[in-house]
Amino acid sequence: MKRSSLGHWIALGIGALYFLVPLIATFEFSLRMRRGEYSFDAYRVVLADARFQATFGYSTMLALATIVVGVLLVVPTAYWIQLRLPKLRPVVEFITLLPLVIPAIVLVFGYLRIYNSSSLLPMTSNERATDLLLTFGYVTLALPYMYRAVDNGLRAIDVRTLTEAAESLGASWPTILFRIIFPNVRVAVLSGAFLTFAIVIGEFTFAALLDRPAFGPYLQLIGANRAYEPSALAIIAFAVTWACMGLINVVGRASRGATPTVP
Amino acid sequence: MTETAASQVVPPRTRLALPDGFSWAWLGVMPFFLFAVMFLILPTGFLVVGAFQDNEGHFTLRNIVNLFQPSILNAYWISIKVSAVSAVVGAIFGFFLAYAAIAGGVASWIRPTLMTFSGVASNFAGVPLAFSFLATLGRTGLVTALLIKYLDFNIYSTGFNLLSFSGLVITYLYFQIPLMVLIMAPAIDGLKREWREASTILGASTWQYWRYIALPVLWPSLFGTTLLLFANAFGAIATAYALTGSSLNIVTILLFAQIRGDVLHDQNLGYALALGMILITGLSNGAYIWLRSRSERWQR
Amino acid sequence: MAFLEIEHLRKSFGPLTVVEDFNLAIERGEFVSFLGPSGCGKTTTLRMVAGFETPSSGAIRIDGKDVTRARPNQRNVGMVFQAYALFPNMTIAENVGFGLKVANRPAAEIKSRVEEMLALIKLPQLGGRYPYQLSGGQQQRVALARALAVKPKVLLLDEPLSALDAKIRVSLRQEIRAIQRELGITAIYVTHDQEEALSISDRIVVMSQGRMEQVGTPFEIYNYPRTRFVASFVGTLNVLKSRIVDAASGRITVDDQPIVASAGLDGVQAGEFRSIALRPEAVSLSAPAADGNVLDGTVEEVSFLGSVVRIRVRFGENTISFDTFNKPSAPPPERGQKVTVAFARDALLVLDGSEAA
Repeated sequence: MKRSSLGHWIALGIGALYFLVPLIATFEFSLRMRRGEYSFDAYRVVLADARFQATFGYSTMLALATIVVGVLLVVPTAYWIQLRLPKLRPVVEFITLLPLVIPAIVLVFGYLRIYNSSSLLPMTSNERATDLLLTFGYVTLALPYMYRAVDNGLRAIDVRTLTEAAESLGASWPTILFRIIFPNVRVAVLSGAFLTFAIVIGEFTFAALLDRPAFGPYLQLIGANRAYEPSALAIIAFAVTWACMGLINVVGRASRGATPTVP
Repeated sequence: MTETAASQVVPPRTRLALPDGFSWAWLGVMPFFLFAVMFLILPTGFLVVGAFQDNEGHFTLRNIVNLFQPSILNAYWISIKVSAVSAVVGAIFGFFLAYAAIAGGVASWIRPTLMTFSGVASNFAGVPLAFSFLATLGRTGLVTALLIKYLDFNIYSTGFNLLSFSGLVITYLYFQIPLMVLIMAPAIDGLKREWREASTILGASTWQYWRYIALPVLWPSLFGTTLLLFANAFGAIATAYALTGSSLNIVTILLFAQIRGDVLHDQNLGYALALGMILITGLSNGAYIWLRSRSERWQR
Repeated sequence: MAFLEIEHLRKSFGPLTVVEDFNLAIERGEFVSFLGPSGCGKTTTLRMVAGFETPSSGAIRIDGKDVTRARPNQRNVGMVFQAYALFPNMTIAENVGFGLKVANRPAAEIKSRVEEMLALIKLPQLGGRYPYQLSGGQQQRVALARALAVKPKVLLLDEPLSALDAKIRVSLRQEIRAIQRELGITAIYVTHDQEEALSISDRIVVMSQGRMEQVGTPFEIYNYPRTRFVASFVGTLNVLKSRIVDAASGRITVDDQPIVASAGLDGVQAGEFRSIALRPEAVSLSAPAADGNVLDGTVEEVSFLGSVVRIRVRFGENTISFDTFNKPSAPPPERGQKVTVAFARDALLVLDGSEAA
């Protein structure tokens, strides 16, 4: 066993090199703004940029809206499928996989044609309506991840017994859903939420084609016009992604630690 | 005769009554289906139908025929090449990495570290990824500069260009490899230690174990995930757009330009372009799902 | 010279020694069980024989050939795993023929051997099926056939029945034993189930914490356990604390009631405490034989188990549990009732080691 693990260490070493070198290079590049010495000038410039603050704030709000709409759409559906309509499960699962099959650019192309200002439902006619359309688009993009996370969470608990127990105690449907089911799939919902956040925060295609001032198009704009700021932005984006994934691990671990242990 | 005929008569009452399953239960999933129709099915269906219509809405195959003009075919071809190469290379490297971390007998902290990092890297796509590789392998990138300084080797003198086919493949690998790691990890976990032991004690060599057991068991996952990576790269645009602007002629960038400024001056040709993409990603994803169900059969 | 010899075998992982000074000689055609709780080293010992673990020291010889350091695929042993370990991508016939295939045997030979093996395990029709289409019991029989197809010198079975239902366990263990007898193959069987070990073995090695506690036939192990561990692990056992009155005549007391032990008190000082063991089946409520022992106590618990009734009697500090047959004509005693239990002198086993109060 010891002999053969050497090859595996080498493979892991090459992998680490490929994945770490771009990060190191990006970081190094982001420090080079001031001539002849390393500095955090690029970060200072980026963070002070009003457009950065505006677009990052806008994308954050969109991500939160996407999470809220996504959770309200996915949790009751997944719950209902598990409890009452298990026959529909394959259909729903297939639909939730579709956003992986249909490229985002195709989806947004369809949105632009169906919801344009001369259509029955002109969702691109004013900014608020477009924001809503963008949110729904992001819910669609996040659907595969959100649905899978929640469905796995629901499978881990006994939905039917919990529901019947709550019903026998006289709980109403909203009570069951919000007081019983949501808290029990909290970890799954949070995992899905952080993943959604990571996807939405830097998303480019939807935002650019719906012409909204989101973080993704801002990044592209800076990339086309500046030298050092893009590297600083890449590092910031990487940190945000890392934070989201880290939080998924943290909530997962915390829930395992919080499981009551029978003495 | 009469008996069989009589027994086949369905009592009219049951035929007229609503099926028992038709109840309020269906209302519970209505929001989901309404959402799916509005934001998935209709937009896609609109494009698919539009691909077979002319400007006046009459049926035509012209748009499909027009796809076969050299510039569009070329865009599809480059997209397919970039996606296929990054998928195959990503699948191979991703598999070796995942296998080394999971079954390679290395330190136990390696696996969770690789998994977490893969979760991050597979989502670190889009515009920032392009920035990272520009800072690394661009004309003034760190690695480019270090190679010139210490090895007196200019990769750009070899014809390499980050803003080209090979550069795009190298960049795409940054999310393709981690995605492969994430999806293959459960499949590698599914390789039971006892299979290897059983084959060894029956006289099989390591090579025979891989040839007759491990690869046949893993094959559906390996091939299926490679197809998923292909579709993943095929539909990607942000990284390529930020990296090359619109200089690299791939399908997504062509469609992006078409949507923005109607470079093709033909709405319905754009629909056909989209239809072609749906067909390609749909086929590879469909094959992925089919292969996945095959591999799950063994996991029971 | 024995067919399979294990000498001074030791295995440690870092500072942790999991098998210590294991010595065993197994004759050709013998069926030997390694019995013990999980973590006792029985599986590690088996895996050293198989070649999956390298011994820290000691030697293993099969048919006179030293295989201590040989690779598993060069030892010509067969193994049946707890989780069946059938190759999921191969049919039953391909699984059974795998060992012959990798040995490059001609297809015709493989085919006939596979048919022979499937007939042996009484599943001749299932050659074309895949493992997931079979029940657990069928899969394990196929695994047995696969291990035997290459005509191994030794057959190793690592808890082969513990994943199966109780009923199938009993019928399959009899089938395994019958096939082993029919082929005359030498077998080592690892189990934590004492009933299993007792019912099918020629000899049993009882292990605890990496050490061999006792080696013997099922009869010896059950009736004459040499250590307290063996006595308590094999069968159910009442262990009583007794005080030695006079070692030479075997007189002892249990909760101040005098009884006599027929053996095992050599060199014990009067006044010392010793643990003595009593099998439930040696105890009865009937009148004692002329030289039998009796103890007066109170019925503490009566459990009705169908064909038998389990009664626990308390004497003070000690209790004895035993079974009586259920007879509708003679109802069992009630809780709280005063009873006298009887047992023969030679039914008492004095266990090793003095017992501190």
